Amino acid sequence: MIRVENVSKSFTLHNQGAAVIPVMRGASLSVAAGECVALTGASGAGKSTLMRMIYGNYLVDEGEIHIGGTDVATAQPREILQLRHDTLGYVSQFLRVVPRVPALEIVAGPLLAVGTPHDQAIERARHLLQRLNIPERLWSLSPTTFSGGEQQRVNIARGFAHIYPAMLLDEPTASLDVKNRETVLQLIEEAKSRGAAIIGIFHDEAARQRVCEREIDVTKFTSGLN
Amino acid sequence: MTPLLQVQDIAKFYGNHIGCEAVSFDLFPGEVMGIVGESGSGKSTLLSCLAGHLDPDKGAVLFDTRADGLKDTVKMSEPERRMLGRTDWAFVHQHARDGLRMNISAGGNVGERLMAVGERHYGDIRAKAVDWLGRVEISENRIDDRPTTFSGGMQQRLQIARNLVTGPRLVFMDEPTGGLDVSVQARLLDLLRNLVREMGLSAIIVTHDLAVVRLLADRLMVMKDGHVVETGLTDQVLDDPQHAYTQLLVSSVLQV
Repeated sequence: MIRVENVSKSFTLHNQGAAVIPVMRGASLSVAAGECVALTGASGAGKSTLMRMIYGNYLVDEGEIHIGGTDVATAQPREILQLRHDTLGYVSQFLRVVPRVPALEIVAGPLLAVGTPHDQAIERARHLLQRLNIPERLWSLSPTTFSGGEQQRVNIARGFAHIYPAMLLDEPTASLDVKNRETVLQLIEEAKSRGAAIIGIFHDEAARQRVCEREIDVTKFTSGLN
Repeated sequence: MTPLLQVQDIAKFYGNHIGCEAVSFDLFPGEVMGIVGESGSGKSTLLSCLAGHLDPDKGAVLFDTRADGLKDTVKMSEPERRMLGRTDWAFVHQHARDGLRMNISAGGNVGERLMAVGERHYGDIRAKAVDWLGRVEISENRIDDRPTTFSGGMQQRLQIARNLVTGPRLVFMDEPTGGLDVSVQARLLDLLRNLVREMGLSAIIVTHDLAVVRLLADRLMVMKDGHVVETGLTDQVLDDPQHAYTQLLVSSVLQV
């Protein structure tokens, strides 16, 4: 489902003496449907950089990234948007939303984007917010005023609202309490059993052991570059 | 899918000075494109050329018309272009008073555009005006008031209602949130995003506010000195900018 081949990346900082910083070389991996693969390596090793390239958020200098039928490395912006709508989900570490939009609408957003009828999308959003223990009195409020943990759970609910065939998870269990952590791990397991291919970053060792089939140490793609 | 708008090699010169030059892009149905750059970068000149407010010195702007398919709006006759401006196109000005008639009522402002496309039944027009004022969160009891009695944010929302009432397919926006309070901006952004999604609109938004494009635009074009220096997916351009100027622009934003 997800296939990364020989990907290289460097940053050029034009306003800081045009410094060129190579950050990755020859990154290759593949993830099959129903499989969860963890990216490991110390902080700063390049886990998030690789994930952002797969999502099309960072450009790729060389190599190919195939998801479904699309090569993210060379795709047009609108092909990447289409891919993100129906195929590739991403749960980032931070919630970024338009102020004033209620949590329920935010969670239902990805479903509305693929044309799910409004009442069905809202129903699914209610279900997810409930499972992630967001009190019902908060659903009609904008999450911009929520606590950090609540914001993160809204973010996770949104990430799992649409059933994506491929998912990227950046620290989905960080700073969650035991109960919510368990819910998130169950959501991941459910996604896998539906055949989703997942790439995750987990600093939570036990979580990684439980949901991931394999680990890929990104250090091998980045060592000796700096 | 055919693009709704194809912009080919547009250039506009003010004497020896370059307004904008060598601009080409395709806009697809449902897509929102942001154009950013500092004052004087040519973004407003470009928007005016695209919307038919300025005659470009070079290039073509092909629009997929409902009746005849792709037509070059630069070579179109004035009446044809005016018709397009009243039906399939909409233009939201930075200053609402440029896009409104300040001496007729709010309802009249919305109704006028409907009458321009042939609606004549007073009851229908008034009902549509009420509906649209509601959508932009202006209460019905203000329908007979003139926009001069409205706040800046309300005027801007009224301008949007006036523009969208005829169900356009392409909306040009010039700094739609410029000069408004941040709280009013947030409300307007939320409104615009929902309208774009519900109506399947395509839009071109000129702004210098990177936060606005991050929330509204799918794609981004960065301009400097009349030229496009970088284009791409909005989050990619903002998070992994390639051109020196874009890097400067992104790193200059104050964090709050």
